Amino acid sequence: MESFWQNIPFFCILLCIASASFTSVLPRRAARALCVAVILAVIVMGVALIGPIVRLGHPYTFMMGHFPAPWGNEIRVGLLEAVMAVVFPSIMLLSLLGGLNRFDEHIFEDKQRFYYVMLELLLAALLAQVYTNDLFTAYVFVEIMTLSACSLITARSKGRTLSAATRYMIMNLMGSGLFLLGLVFLYGMTGHLLMSNIREQVAQLASGGAYRDTLTVTVALMSVALAIKSALFPFHTWLPDAYGYSTPTSSAVLSSLVSKGYIFLLIKIFYRVIGMDVIAETRITDILFVFGLVGIIMGSLSAIREKDIRRMVSFSSVSQIGYIYMGIGMGSEAGMVAAVFHILVHGMAKSMLFLASSGLVQVSGDSKFFRDLRGSGFRNPIAGLAFAVGSFSMVGIPFLGGFISKVYFAKAAMLMPPTAMLIVLLVLAASTILNTIYFLRTVITLYRPAVSEMPYEKPRLSPAFALSMLCLIAVNFGLGTFSQPLIEAIRAGLRMFA
Amino acid sequence: MLEKLLQSPFEAAAIILFGIGFTSLMLQKNMIKKIIGFNMMDSAIYLFLAAKGYIEGRKAPIVVNGVTSVEAYINPIPSGLVLTGIVVSVSVTSLMLALTVRLYRRYHTLDIDEIIALVRKEES
Repeated sequence: MESFWQNIPFFCILLCIASASFTSVLPRRAARALCVAVILAVIVMGVALIGPIVRLGHPYTFMMGHFPAPWGNEIRVGLLEAVMAVVFPSIMLLSLLGGLNRFDEHIFEDKQRFYYVMLELLLAALLAQVYTNDLFTAYVFVEIMTLSACSLITARSKGRTLSAATRYMIMNLMGSGLFLLGLVFLYGMTGHLLMSNIREQVAQLASGGAYRDTLTVTVALMSVALAIKSALFPFHTWLPDAYGYSTPTSSAVLSSLVSKGYIFLLIKIFYRVIGMDVIAETRITDILFVFGLVGIIMGSLSAIREKDIRRMVSFSSVSQIGYIYMGIGMGSEAGMVAAVFHILVHGMAKSMLFLASSGLVQVSGDSKFFRDLRGSGFRNPIAGLAFAVGSFSMVGIPFLGGFISKVYFAKAAMLMPPTAMLIVLLVLAASTILNTIYFLRTVITLYRPAVSEMPYEKPRLSPAFALSMLCLIAVNFGLGTFSQPLIEAIRAGLRMFA
Repeated sequence: MLEKLLQSPFEAAAIILFGIGFTSLMLQKNMIKKIIGFNMMDSAIYLFLAAKGYIEGRKAPIVVNGVTSVEAYINPIPSGLVLTGIVVSVSVTSLMLALTVRLYRRYHTLDIDEIIALVRKEES
């Protein structure tokens, strides 16, 4: 029998979509208040969901309209989904609060309410991707997420964002096309759209040896599609422009939520739709592993060459996405736990880095170049501190989240064959050095005395910005020092996931 | 190989069309041609779905003369998926066209390479 709390996931998605349509007719301030209230409500409901899930001890399925399995649409909630459904909206709320002080500068006043509409739709898409048990629903919400993400980029209207959004859309549409083709193949082979039903059929097909090549092609199509959308190394060309020029909230949301939503969907497809044993047979994880490793190094090398702080942080995302794919590519449970933990760590740290860099740029005559950013750490102390903490977390300094995820990646590598283990450890070491070079260089630049007394405007202290920065700094330390319960939750969640 | 393709000509044609659409989305420089390529790619998938759902000699799954037997109709799910997919591709197309209009008003060209070059020049 269904309990009342089991309605929460569906209600969260519905709330976001419904309030998005109301937001579009509200005045600016009311729209902002509604958007913040909705995100807060989603967080509160997500937290309320965790307790019952832990007590229940196994995942439950929620039938939409009470149509049973092969016909109806389903939501499936386990511990991992519940954790993600708390973390993602929290990051979104903090990113929104941290970027609010730049809104009037970047977005036309009468267009701001549409920005909140897009945020709410993005949250709905994110939650639906986390919760849904139906592959076609996942595809539809992937598209909704792409559309709203594109609008978030173009919200700041200038040439650079328009061309960036166009390139973003072109790459993402190629990804969507490949994903849809893979989905259609899978439907053609199995005759199901619900993930659990597809998995039963796929297991039968794999044990009988039928459709082996088609299955490999399908898995490859879906992996490539989601790799394009989440900017794995060779497909990252759209990323620096899209993250580097949009308004800070958009950059933070895009880097720490949109790409992570696609990666979460990929993990879900691997575990729940195809099954890890079949995935291992197709050897697609090995390919993701190699591209992840190359991405880690190439992203860092590109970041070192950048003279623009926002683009440098963007290229560092390429490298961090490489870490996540390396963890997925290891194909072991330990690797996957590390990858999921790194999704959280990177989401928290990268959103903070984007917001902090915008705060620093603000006090440097709106220039994003390092030569003008000298001394900006003194001019905007809270942003300087946040940038330093985020950098240290990405480098992997102890007591911060990035350190823990690097430890878990290294531990997962120990379980691999010797050559692979050696390569992973070498890449981890090399990447730590490269990260140190460009992040430490930036932090030092921020605290060097300015070359000339440049006329910069005294920043108006924005309480929302300070609050968001302090929360993010606290969370980053929290991830580094009290990571154990979260790791345990992820491990238990992944076991429930399949 | 060839007779396998001939067994399901619609599916084979759909995949070829998908390839054409995908490559034009990727390689064409003109924005409008890119959008046409995208539409071709999506339509190819809908053709594939429709071909998969069709059963020789049966009718579209709409009850008219009180015939409710399963044997009388084709599989309705692929048709439903095609409808949903069309809605998605219509909205994506409209967004892409809107972006193209804005780019054209600003740079007076539809060539994406030229636009990117102009954007870089504008910045420096």
